[in-house]
Amino acid sequence: MRYPGRAPLGPVDLVVEPGEILAVIGPSGAGKSTALRLLAGLERPAQGAAAVADPRHLAFVFQAPTLMPWADALANVALPLELAGVDRGEARRRALAALVAVGLGDRPDARPRQLSGGMAMRVSLARALVTEPRLLLLDEPFAALDSVTRRRLIEDLHRLWAARAPRPAIVFVTHDVEEAVYLAGRSVVLDAATGRVASEHQHPGSLPRPPGWRAEPAFRTAVERLADALADAMPGSGVDA
Amino acid sequence: MSRLLPPLLLSLLLLAVWEIACRSLQVPAYFLPPPSAVAVSLVERAPLLAGSALQTFRMALQALLAATLIGGGLALAVSMNRPAERAVRPLAVALQVTPVVAIAPLVVIWSGLDHPDRAVVALAAAVAFFPIFSGVLTGLKSAEPDLERLFDLYGASPLQRLVRLRAPAALPFALEGLRVAAGLAVIGAVVAEFVSGSGATQGLAWRLLEAGNRLRTADMLAALVCLMAMGLALNAGVALLERRCRALLA
Repeated sequence: MRYPGRAPLGPVDLVVEPGEILAVIGPSGAGKSTALRLLAGLERPAQGAAAVADPRHLAFVFQAPTLMPWADALANVALPLELAGVDRGEARRRALAALVAVGLGDRPDARPRQLSGGMAMRVSLARALVTEPRLLLLDEPFAALDSVTRRRLIEDLHRLWAARAPRPAIVFVTHDVEEAVYLAGRSVVLDAATGRVASEHQHPGSLPRPPGWRAEPAFRTAVERLADALADAMPGSGVDA
Repeated sequence: MSRLLPPLLLSLLLLAVWEIACRSLQVPAYFLPPPSAVAVSLVERAPLLAGSALQTFRMALQALLAATLIGGGLALAVSMNRPAERAVRPLAVALQVTPVVAIAPLVVIWSGLDHPDRAVVALAAAVAFFPIFSGVLTGLKSAEPDLERLFDLYGASPLQRLVRLRAPAALPFALEGLRVAAGLAVIGAVVAEFVSGSGATQGLAWRLLEAGNRLRTADMLAALVCLMAMGLALNAGVALLERRCRALLA
């Protein structure tokens, strides 16, 4: 991929196993979000080609909730189904079930401006899950939330992921090392200068995480290792300060 | 009430100053009649003025309707096609920057000299066109880019995209345009009436001209008051519509 005025990025080689949670981590400007958008077919590469995932089995969650302000939560969640031609009653029924799953079953008629940032992001998540995608792409979905809300949403995401059979694959972009280790089974680090995969890290433990796992030495070690790898991928790394 | 009080008090104060100044300085009535004389004229000529106001109002409203249909429709058509937008926008701007007074005589000729009412509607529509066209076009493209991408992702048809995303996003902009256009439509109607210069339209501008020709300044001011009231009423009506729609949307 190539942007005017800067060196081309990539190629980014990502293999995602079915049911896997993969974190894509890297410094700002390494092309994490762009890689994700290319994968979803939301953007086209200026040069070269992107292997695009099948849109029928794909869902995308943006950094902002990206809800229609004039529609209530239920209508927002039902949108993908209604666009796909599912009849209104059926779409609304499934949308309500998705809202219940993210803990907002009592707020179907709330407008986005009546919802907190965390709740709006839950609606966004429900909208992504309502189509029962096989691949869920998340572009720093928790970056704008406070830490308590963020942790709660991460637990919910694990719970929703584990409850589905078969489990969907999740690829999420983040610049938060702890979030990557906690949420994902594996991380890839993108290099700031080249935009290619600089390193790959398998995280210990099983998903979803047991309570208190953030205090475990295994978690701390993995976080430190990933933080070092991220520092290596920063622009100007290897140059003495 | 507390919002209405300050402007009301100021208006009363200004009227009082005006009245006292006219009487104490013995200003000739043809030059500046006191507000009391204007009030008398308003009452005496009420049926005539009401009829004329209705006529001007009707023409402005017709023009507004035409401008909404043409401006909104054109904006919608053009929003689907980028080259078309590039082609149309400069022409729309050219129409907007051309002074309505300057094109009025032409439009009067084209509408047929026996049909000044048509010229009035056409001119008022011409000036009301741009804010609606521009508002709708801007609004149709105002949807959040990531929402547009979401519609891409879910394979929305152009019609689905229009109905479920772009039209609701455009509505506040369209209403803003309509409010500006309503004011302009009245201006356009009055200018066209002035230029056509015949009494055939019998609108408020004609009352103004007629009174001016006879140096009946109080009658002129009475017609002007009616014109002002009409403009305010139209503006308030559209503002109300705007608030209703906003409440519905947000």
